[in-house]
Amino acid sequence: MTGAPAPALSSSPALSRQQFRLRPPPLPEPRGPLSAALTARLSRGTDPDPDPGSTPLPVPSPDNCSPYGDDLQLALYVLYELHYQGFQDVPDSLEWDSGLLAFRGAIEKVFLGALRADVPIDSAETAARALDELQLEPVGDDGSGVSYFLRDEGTLDQVRAYAAVRSLYHLKEADPHAWVLPRLHGRAKAAMVAVEFDEFGGGRAEEMHAQLFADLMEDLGLETTYGRYVDAAPAEVLATVNLMSLFGLHRALRAALVGHFAAVEVTSSPGSRRLAEAMRRVGAGPAAVRFYTEHVTADAVHEQVVRHDVVGGLLEGEPHLDADVVFGIHATTFLENRLADRLLAAWHEGATGLRGAWPDGPAPGAGRSSG
Amino acid sequence: MPNTPERPRRVRVQRDGPLLVEGPVEVVGEDGEVSVSHRFTVALCTCRRSRDFPWCDTSHRRRCRNPSEKQEDKTS
Repeated sequence: MTGAPAPALSSSPALSRQQFRLRPPPLPEPRGPLSAALTARLSRGTDPDPDPGSTPLPVPSPDNCSPYGDDLQLALYVLYELHYQGFQDVPDSLEWDSGLLAFRGAIEKVFLGALRADVPIDSAETAARALDELQLEPVGDDGSGVSYFLRDEGTLDQVRAYAAVRSLYHLKEADPHAWVLPRLHGRAKAAMVAVEFDEFGGGRAEEMHAQLFADLMEDLGLETTYGRYVDAAPAEVLATVNLMSLFGLHRALRAALVGHFAAVEVTSSPGSRRLAEAMRRVGAGPAAVRFYTEHVTADAVHEQVVRHDVVGGLLEGEPHLDADVVFGIHATTFLENRLADRLLAAWHEGATGLRGAWPDGPAPGAGRSSG
Repeated sequence: MPNTPERPRRVRVQRDGPLLVEGPVEVVGEDGEVSVSHRFTVALCTCRRSRDFPWCDTSHRRRCRNPSEKQEDKTS
């Protein structure tokens, strides 16, 4: 990288939008006893515990909660978000509050336990074979997944809803994967850093993929404020984002993080092509199309680098982690399929798939063509 | 910098995939059209099926009748 001076912040509209994002979002609305107890605790800030002898969170045990349900997934999402952007009026220091960490650990145990049960790993399977299987494309390009639906028949409102719920990840795109960097070595680390550098715009803030997604959201008339659509996101969305944080924040799951990342990169290009076509069809605007066309060619490169050097490099040094890479791949597919089932069921009924109504009110896309 | 005498530019050749070349690159097509990429590595299409030629768009992949395709909708 060169030592070229950074442009003045006020000179770029893209950067001024970034500045706007620096204000953390408000706490989301609780969805049950776990998330209610958690948001109440966070709202109390660093005030001393009213009952200092007790555990900080005498809440219902997460053991009795549905592992993929709204309450548990939102509580986990909020706890992880303390490691990213935090929340308005919640002290930054609570990121490392021991009571909250213990609470997070209990929830993670339920989530990870459910995933281990639902995604059994065949001892004969290898990471290389699992990634090969992900590469198969349907004959005639007529699959039935989310990107096919949006390309062929999704309404503008459904395309907007898809962008709104995906914003939970894309506005922090590549952040969860940065946690794995210090856990890698040599070839795997160098390659992972190279791919992350690309995700983060190759040193240019306006080219960061998170910024390209914010530009897409503007084209669709969505608010780009970080965390704006958390309340509208169903549990299935929260689970896909929580999976990345779970894998990223635990060194013991570093190979699962690598497997997850490889699965995403391997499957991204063809889906991004279809989503770019969806954006064109609903008249979403050039930035919306650009986000996905950029991912067609970027992820065709990332796939190769991740397979050869990140997965290959990791397993060369730590071959016993092969099954964890496979677990990361299959857990990703499992949760993405749950999300696709949820969205497609709603879309076939003409609904948006959002949890509740649009937080902004009716779609402001009146001036846009939906055909 | 990748392209120095001390450190030659690396090109990875694969039988069933794109040519991987350390960037930045300028690719000159048969018609003289120049395509430029500043990416750290580029994937050059060798199957000629890419709709983003000269860049790979994964069109070289094998196709099958019933892949489990729903997972193909996430974007990195």
